[in-house]
Amino acid sequence: MPTDNNILVEVNDLKTHFPIKRGLFRKTVGQVRAVDGVSFNIPAGQTLGLVGESGCGKTTIGRTILRLIPHTEGSVKFEGHDVFSLPSASMQKLRSQMQIIFQDPYGSLNPRMTVANIVGEALTVHGIARGRERRKIVSDLLVKVGLSRHHASRYPHEFSGGQRQRIGIARALALNPKFIVCDEAVSALDVSIQSQIINLLEDLQQEFGLTYLFIAHDLAVVEHISDIVAVMYLGRIVEYADRKTLYENPMHPYTKALISAIPQPDPTRKSTRMVLQGEVPSPANPPAGCHFHPRCPFAEQQCSQQTQLLKEKNPGTNHLVACWKCKDI
Amino acid sequence: MINYIIRRLLLVIPTLVGITLVTFVIVNLAPGDPAQFQSQGIMDPEVSIRIHEQLREYYGLDKPIHVRYAKWLGKIARLDFGTSMSSDQRPVIDKIKERLWPTMSLAILSLLISLIISIPIGIYAAVRQNRLFDRLSSTILYALYSIPSYVMAVPLILLIAIHWDLLPFQGMTSDNYDQLTNLGKAADLVKHYTLITFCFTYGTLAYYSRFIRQNMLEVLRQDYVRTARAKGLTESNVVMRHAFRNSLMPVVTLLGMMLPAIIGGSVILEVMFNWPGLGRLFFESMMSRDYPTIMALSFITACLVLVGTLLADLSYPFVDPRVSYD
Repeated sequence: MPTDNNILVEVNDLKTHFPIKRGLFRKTVGQVRAVDGVSFNIPAGQTLGLVGESGCGKTTIGRTILRLIPHTEGSVKFEGHDVFSLPSASMQKLRSQMQIIFQDPYGSLNPRMTVANIVGEALTVHGIARGRERRKIVSDLLVKVGLSRHHASRYPHEFSGGQRQRIGIARALALNPKFIVCDEAVSALDVSIQSQIINLLEDLQQEFGLTYLFIAHDLAVVEHISDIVAVMYLGRIVEYADRKTLYENPMHPYTKALISAIPQPDPTRKSTRMVLQGEVPSPANPPAGCHFHPRCPFAEQQCSQQTQLLKEKNPGTNHLVACWKCKDI
Repeated sequence: MINYIIRRLLLVIPTLVGITLVTFVIVNLAPGDPAQFQSQGIMDPEVSIRIHEQLREYYGLDKPIHVRYAKWLGKIARLDFGTSMSSDQRPVIDKIKERLWPTMSLAILSLLISLIISIPIGIYAAVRQNRLFDRLSSTILYALYSIPSYVMAVPLILLIAIHWDLLPFQGMTSDNYDQLTNLGKAADLVKHYTLITFCFTYGTLAYYSRFIRQNMLEVLRQDYVRTARAKGLTESNVVMRHAFRNSLMPVVTLLGMMLPAIIGGSVILEVMFNWPGLGRLFFESMMSRDYPTIMALSFITACLVLVGTLLADLSYPFVDPRVSYD
């Protein structure tokens, strides 16, 4: 873990389990371990890219950090404040510091509100601006994210997907936050629009000194925007390193498989793709030991019995891997 | 918008003709006719038959059914509902007018009460889904919804009105109503309204509560509700401003459907409580085969169904900006 002094977000052994309820009296018969013991830090002004397959718990982490989903165990510290123990009034105040851009630009905007209200509502609620002042802030924000001032009076359904995502970004920026969770913020968009939005996010980061938690399943996108990358598999982080190290020298077999699956724009390059067998197991009933062992080509007996914790592979490199075999492969 | 309204109104005409034609034929196929019911009491069979024939001729019942329907249609086009074929021979429109207020006041009162009670119940049950309040209210509301109002009315009348003599159940006012002071009159009306309003309301109330709860649950799952929470809004703001407003759309449709019920009333309840409303008028005119009154009431109800649907459709743009008729 980086131990700089300017850590903005500190996640410690975070667990989010969802109960499975069945039967007449809705008894809890099991737990979906969506997030199962995750720790990481995000230094101020940097971007942590969180990658993994669908259902591995990336989105749940983002939402749990912002307390949009109740956590089960662990803690999240934002500028040293324990997010989970704050009373709800202080939490609402803190929400102006930490915002989220949602994946679905269609569903995440209230269809009955104008853009001016969607973007400006938080300003009124937090007592920052009203009336003319609010209108000014909103139209400046719209221009900043690449929309026009006159869009303020329109409704979300009058916009395209990319434009709607810009509205979502303007909304997240309205309170001048320090930290933004980009929850698959570009996954629902066309590739050409994706790059526009990513460039916009990078420009805004430079301008306002924002810190991002960038959740995505597209490794190429994450490589482009992140400073640090964490790879998740079935509720746990399996590898954590700065971008360059991770992409050039992946250690965990799962990361290797993911990176080998990135399409290469060079037709002469020989494909060395590592194809994984089988499906992602259910997080309600994860395999013992290393969660990845049933699909891992290098797995041995130890892997199916004991869980390897996230450890520095070489001391002082800040490259963390959770794998028994990574030194041998 | 104007073009849309005109198009819709033009479509109403063939629908109305169809509805009235079917009603007219069915009513006329029912055994007996008004002339027969009025000549029944005469002992001398010869006189009875002669009067029956005269009355049939007088009412025009001797003409074939399609001629009579065409005649009725011609009159209704000039908004002439004709004269009653019962023994009082009054214009149908007058009979309807005097019965309008008892039915309408009851329906509006009942609608207001159900909305005032069901909206908070529905919202609260949705917000606390599967908690104690939700389960308890669900069970009670299901039970209420399953009891037909006329079944509920019988024990209420027997116990509260007759056995304990707490409330009246006959008509709208007591016999000595005219001698009462203004305050006494008001109290008398409240007493008479209580039982019938309850029977009229509880089913709708139960249905609305469940309906609003269901719509709220639907909306509370939406992403934009999560967005609202992420903005740092208070929970009450999230529920009322973001969720409840978005759940109103289906409620508007439901209110449009209520319009015919406001005037149609309930035939069974009005007869049970001897309520001087349109429901009882319909029952009475059915019993005496008073064709013009039956047709007038059916025609008005059909019109209201069509207008109610149209009004609901027209109000969508006000609740949902995505709908537009331009």
